[in-house]
Amino acid sequence: MSDVTRMTAAQIAGLIAAGETSAVEVATAHLDRIDAVDDRVHAFLHVDREGALAAAADVDARRGRGEELGPLAGVPVAVKDIIATKGVPTTAASKILEGWKPPYDATLVERLRAAGTVMLGKTNMDEFAMGSSTEYSAYGPTNNPWDLGRIPGGSGGGSAASLAAYEAPLAIGTDTGGSIRQPGAVTGTVGAKPTYGGTSRYGLIAFSSSLDTPGPCARTVEDAALLHAVIAGHDVRDSTSIPQPVPDVVGAARLGATGDLSGVKLGLVKEFAGEGAEPGVIAAFRESVEALVKLGAEVVEISCPHFEYALPAYYLIAPSEASSNLARFDGVRYGLRAGDDGKRSLEEVMSLTRDEGFGPEVKRRIILGTYALSSGYYDAYYGQAQKVRTLITRDFTSAFEKVDVLIAPTTPFVAFPFGSRTSDPYQMYLADLYTIPTNLYGGPAISVPCGLSEGLPVGFQIMAPTMADDRMYRVAAALESAVGTLTPPEL
Amino acid sequence: MAAISREEVAHLARLSRLAVTEEELDRFAGQLDVILQSVARIGDVAADDIPPTSHSVPLTNVYRDDVVQPCLTQDAALAGAPDTAEGRFRVPRILDEEA
Amino acid sequence: MSTTALPSYEDATARYEPVIGLETHVELGTNTKMFCGCPTEFGAEPNTQVCPVCLALPGALPVANRQGIEATIRIGLALNCDIASWCRMARKNYFYPDMPKNFQTSQYDEPLCTDGYVDVEIDGETVRIGIERVHLEEDTGKTLHVGGATGRIHGATESLVDYNRAGIPLVEIVTKPVPGIGAKAPEVARAYVTELRDIIRSLGVSDVRMEQGSLRCDVNTSLNKPGEEWGTRTETKNVNSLRSVERAVRSEIIRQAGILDDGGKIVQETRHFQEDTGDTRPGRSKETATDYRYFPEPDLVPIAPDPAWVAELKAALPERPSAKRARLREEWGISELDMQSVANAGAVELIEETIAAGASPAGARKWWMGELARRANETGVELAEVGATPAQVAQLQALVDDGKLNDKLARTVLEGVVAGEGDPAQVMAARGLEVVSDTGALQTAVDEAIAANPDIAAKIRDGKVAAAGALVGAVMKTTRGQADAKTVRDLILARLS
Repeated sequence: MSDVTRMTAAQIAGLIAAGETSAVEVATAHLDRIDAVDDRVHAFLHVDREGALAAAADVDARRGRGEELGPLAGVPVAVKDIIATKGVPTTAASKILEGWKPPYDATLVERLRAAGTVMLGKTNMDEFAMGSSTEYSAYGPTNNPWDLGRIPGGSGGGSAASLAAYEAPLAIGTDTGGSIRQPGAVTGTVGAKPTYGGTSRYGLIAFSSSLDTPGPCARTVEDAALLHAVIAGHDVRDSTSIPQPVPDVVGAARLGATGDLSGVKLGLVKEFAGEGAEPGVIAAFRESVEALVKLGAEVVEISCPHFEYALPAYYLIAPSEASSNLARFDGVRYGLRAGDDGKRSLEEVMSLTRDEGFGPEVKRRIILGTYALSSGYYDAYYGQAQKVRTLITRDFTSAFEKVDVLIAPTTPFVAFPFGSRTSDPYQMYLADLYTIPTNLYGGPAISVPCGLSEGLPVGFQIMAPTMADDRMYRVAAALESAVGTLTPPEL
Repeated sequence: MAAISREEVAHLARLSRLAVTEEELDRFAGQLDVILQSVARIGDVAADDIPPTSHSVPLTNVYRDDVVQPCLTQDAALAGAPDTAEGRFRVPRILDEEA
Repeated sequence: MSTTALPSYEDATARYEPVIGLETHVELGTNTKMFCGCPTEFGAEPNTQVCPVCLALPGALPVANRQGIEATIRIGLALNCDIASWCRMARKNYFYPDMPKNFQTSQYDEPLCTDGYVDVEIDGETVRIGIERVHLEEDTGKTLHVGGATGRIHGATESLVDYNRAGIPLVEIVTKPVPGIGAKAPEVARAYVTELRDIIRSLGVSDVRMEQGSLRCDVNTSLNKPGEEWGTRTETKNVNSLRSVERAVRSEIIRQAGILDDGGKIVQETRHFQEDTGDTRPGRSKETATDYRYFPEPDLVPIAPDPAWVAELKAALPERPSAKRARLREEWGISELDMQSVANAGAVELIEETIAAGASPAGARKWWMGELARRANETGVELAEVGATPAQVAQLQALVDDGKLNDKLARTVLEGVVAGEGDPAQVMAARGLEVVSDTGALQTAVDEAIAANPDIAAKIRDGKVAAAGALVGAVMKTTRGQADAKTVRDLILARLS
């Protein structure tokens, strides 16, 4: 039999269902692949070999008893380390949580387990999801399988790289400002940010509560849709969870794969179609637009005048919420405690703990957020950003009166070399220029590979109205059928 | 003119319980100044009459019933703690002014 | 601190006008915490009523308790407030180890209830206390200070934290400033807290016990010379009883007057009431530049009470306790003072129900305020938990009224009821306590008593009727108390006339 690590999740599930392989064999193949390549890729912070094999054996046993299993039963999945997994270390790539084992599972982890997927381990990321390169992981960066000297995107670089390195067929990411889509783009994989409230945040370690959205990562659009269908849906433990049925994303992906987009209206975001991006990115994006037109889609240019303020609004809202969300890491109930010599006061110990436990980007954002919420600055910064958020939402809603989806490149640059953007934090922030508006609006968006620039993957982004996640899957699958998937060089 | 001073950064760090070093203070003050100068243009948007958005989902009144759910055991509650005593979380002495 | 002698209270209030304000925290009696399903019972082992949410474990999220929202709205309605049609919870950010998230989920500029009032009676005069706002928030954990001499934070070498209380719903009720009450300020403050307590108790949303901390009160006080602007106010915390509310205002008026007399300035500060000395002392000074950085809580969606639901809650509010007391006082024919003791004993409803079960007001009140109140007091339980129900008390009184029990026997029967031996009739039967009404048997006992006490019998024959008491006592003794004393007396007098 051919190498299961090169197969799609749908193919793997089909083989297991047909009894041609077992979940244990599939898990073992992926764990072996991780053993073979992860010292170079460093996609994983923790590999749960024992847990994975036990879960796989359980799936095989249930199948043996003739139980009806879900469409992804036995398929391995890698989970971003910001998601709480009961008894399995969960650190959010921060020193402050080193060794912490949650006493509970995130809702989406419960759903993954219930669906019979097999969790391989926890993937690397920028600390607390703050970053676009994984260089801010406290445990060292992840290397892009396309070029080990380049970043895999961030914050979910580990999840994306695990797919591109064939260590896992499916992965979970979280997207606050582009942390699923941008890593997808620069690793040549698919990353989808569902509608905010469409996937439960319960058990997702909060970065920016009003923006954080967990979602699927995969090598194909159909796989992403299959994973989306497993994790999405209303959760009573998340007050912001939308109590509505999940759109038929799998059906939409399969419809799109037929390559027919007649009657579909695409809105090209004027503000994101030319400026600020590398020429190779623009070129690949333009070619893909042409390909979509050939499939029958109609393309119109749409102006979203407030999108240019999305980046500043985001860098006020997200750090503000983060400054509050991360206050709980104080060395009292869990995690690191530093400097407790029996003489220092609690305040000193807390402050030393937080200074030692948080990396520089996290500290910068905590200070920035504290500033934006301070009395005297609140109205000019946080308050104003919330108003701009309203205007960006209005840009989206008026655009969706004219078109079905909006399209833009996912990120202005291909994978950049390590260290090239860390000295100036704002240069790093620009990586999220095109992904952030969607987060402020709350709608779904997906990044799908659309070609290469200088030998490195370029991502194509499709943004849809809230709770119309199916629309973006249809267009993404159509594009995939036209331009094909990307295959990284052998490691 | 700088958007934020070194002293302000030091004050914010104390408010956020970050014992930043002098070297960190210097670095952060410069970087935060760049960031703030960049995000300050948000003030250019005329938005006086625009309502702020705090939640992107249009939900209201999400409640649960007043029904007891299982708790963690004391052992599980304390399992991740750096220091415990008598079934409680132990912390260093609290200074008066910390309230 | 001033070294000159403090003025008398009378002098102080002759020279200055006090303005008071009160902030009261009420711990709601919900089954579960405000944002998670942990129980709220008092006195559990430390850190056993906690979960990922109220321990603020990474990733956990709050979901609001419907009962907490409803109770807050009902309190607001009972205090004549407007109920917000849309409002949000907010995060109040500051670090303290008893607060697991290092922010308190509270309300800031969008409280659930605003602009109400409470009327209190002072010497037959009505004083209206304006209510600024009523909002919902969560309680903190409890910290045990170890290593110091007194268990206080001063001098402690370490502290131990228990999060069982963290996240229990708290309702904060803030009055508007109350000016123009002069020397009555302490009384008004006490009357307000008393009225508030009674109102909230009548709603059944909290047990409002100051000594257990389910009702906590902070008192703001300022002084100004007549005709001048209001002075700088101080906030007095640690006021843990109704009496302390009154004492705290009084002592703060004297203290501030002393400073102002000396030409000094009042410092805006938090002070702590000292139960032993009755004065206030400066509390821990808050961080100089405390900035709570409030912002709308993104993890909880807005609260938008349906007006129809609010109207329903309003229609279903119980009668105001003060109005109800006035009505019952009339119906029961008792004095204001007696009514107050009934209310203070928590006996209003019990007596009401006993009357509804057939007892006379006097009979019902006699048992609850007498024998049962004494028992509750002795055993340290609430009157309602003393072990007798209104129906049982009504039955007991009926047995007395029917002459089947005399007063002494009834007390014995009540003991049996409280001990769990059943209803009064069952206890009476089981213990064989019925009054002996068989005149034949009684007549024999009377004749025996007369025969055994010829001297006394002679006195009665001579017309000294008062001497009959001794013979009655003798008969009661031989019948082990089970005779009706009046019947016995009548038999004796008939025999000796």
